[in-house]
Amino acid sequence: MDFFKIIDDLSKVDADVLGRFDSRRAVFGSLGNIAKRSALAATPLFLGALFQKAYAGTTSTPVEVLQYALTLELFEQDFYAKVKASSQYAGASAADKAAIDQIKGHEDAHVALLRTAITGLGGTPVASAPFKSAVFAGLTTFAAQLGIAQLLEDTGVRAYKGRAGELLGTDLLTVALQIHSVEARHASKIRYMRGQKPWVNPGDDLAAHPVYTSGVTGPTSTTSPFGYGIPAYTAASPVESNTTQSNVPITTGLGATYTAADAAASFDEYLQAAEVLDASRAGGLVGA
Amino acid sequence: MSDYTFFPAWREQSLGRRVFLRVSAASAASVALIAAGCSDSTPEPVTSDPNLLTLPSGDSGLLYYAYLLSLAQTTLYQKAVDVPPSDFTATDRSVFADLRDHAIVHRELFRYFIDPAGTAVLFPTDFVFNLTSFTLTSRAGVLAAAQQIADLAAAAFPVLLTLFTASGTSQRLMMLKAGSVVSRQAAAIRDLLTPGSFASSNVVDSTGLLITKTPMEVNTALAPYFAPYVISVANLAVPV
Repeated sequence: MDFFKIIDDLSKVDADVLGRFDSRRAVFGSLGNIAKRSALAATPLFLGALFQKAYAGTTSTPVEVLQYALTLELFEQDFYAKVKASSQYAGASAADKAAIDQIKGHEDAHVALLRTAITGLGGTPVASAPFKSAVFAGLTTFAAQLGIAQLLEDTGVRAYKGRAGELLGTDLLTVALQIHSVEARHASKIRYMRGQKPWVNPGDDLAAHPVYTSGVTGPTSTTSPFGYGIPAYTAASPVESNTTQSNVPITTGLGATYTAADAAASFDEYLQAAEVLDASRAGGLVGA
Repeated sequence: MSDYTFFPAWREQSLGRRVFLRVSAASAASVALIAAGCSDSTPEPVTSDPNLLTLPSGDSGLLYYAYLLSLAQTTLYQKAVDVPPSDFTATDRSVFADLRDHAIVHRELFRYFIDPAGTAVLFPTDFVFNLTSFTLTSRAGVLAAAQQIADLAAAAFPVLLTLFTASGTSQRLMMLKAGSVVSRQAAAIRDLLTPGSFASSNVVDSTGLLITKTPMEVNTALAPYFAPYVISVANLAVPV
């Protein structure tokens, strides 16, 4: 198939064709095609292209991946809404308020974007994923709120990685990776506001939290509490202090030697859906 | 073009005539290649330029591309660590030491996947990321340069990751893990230079998505710093 020839031919009947390929509108205009492609995702060709063999056997569709992403975004959105309504936020500095406002604005935009995408693919978007009010009430200082914000943002960075492989071959992959990058910028900022290094490292005050480890403490499940399927959990994801990438021991395998701290901080690890939704992590904070 | 107008250093960049002609030649060659795909005509042979470095096709070319991006970062961060501007704060020094260390790990891992034996010479011995056009004698200058390069690298990853073929799964995963660290770096540098700008509207659009750049766009932005060498990314996969 000569892709450029097709564009060339299209441009003869539709002078605006190149513009269509570029516009944000076109991404959603082409969702109908993605729905057709999602049927292709069940073929071995696409399954073979997954990031990690641990995900082999998944029957998730792109809609289910987007529902999962929407759940996390709704969760973050509700958390920041609660922060903004709190007296702790009211007493924070103008700069800190502005940062929270900007992050909340992005989460709002992500929710809107994912809802549109899911609806466009014929799905019914997840309605809500509130941050538990009782837990929030226990966050009596702005600093305590920021501690949770760091955990949520770093979870988001890990969670998008965990599902990106299932979007290979769809236009949605780029969108998911763009959101993933923005979550990483949020995490960097929140960490900096807390006096932590912007990158996950063994010296973090929260390094021991399950968000930075892996594995599940509860029973594994192939369905989420939110009504969509998630991949079967077969092996624990790498922990954030991992120093081996693609079978290369970073500390000693690259000519020079690097510290374990640098080797770990240079890479963000993925986290599978079952791990994220486990009670020890985000799953334990979602609810009325 | 307007993509780069927020980079003051880009506007101030003055290309020597010799370099400009080479860049033009590379652009012309790229256009010829694209044109070849668009029509049934056979492309005319392009006169070879001894300074033209054409990245290979496939995943290997993507690794070279990522390697060049991390080469740009490491060269700049190393300089800031070796010769910090007098007004660099203790925090700046600490952040740049980490930036340097992590970018070197990325660069060396990308290099490992290009050449696992570690024996190949990837580029001519005098091939460098040239820092002379940056103002590295002040904190503001160093941070502005670092922001430009870090934002560029961060904008490259979401596109780069979609271009790998199925055979390169472990490489793609490794690069996915490095990509978000580069995003963290870019946000941190932005906030050091301009507090609160970690994800401002010139890097994140109104729908909450990172504004990305294709290999062609990134290569154009880096071109002045690799002169007299000219990198061609014409063989790299094109984002659809």
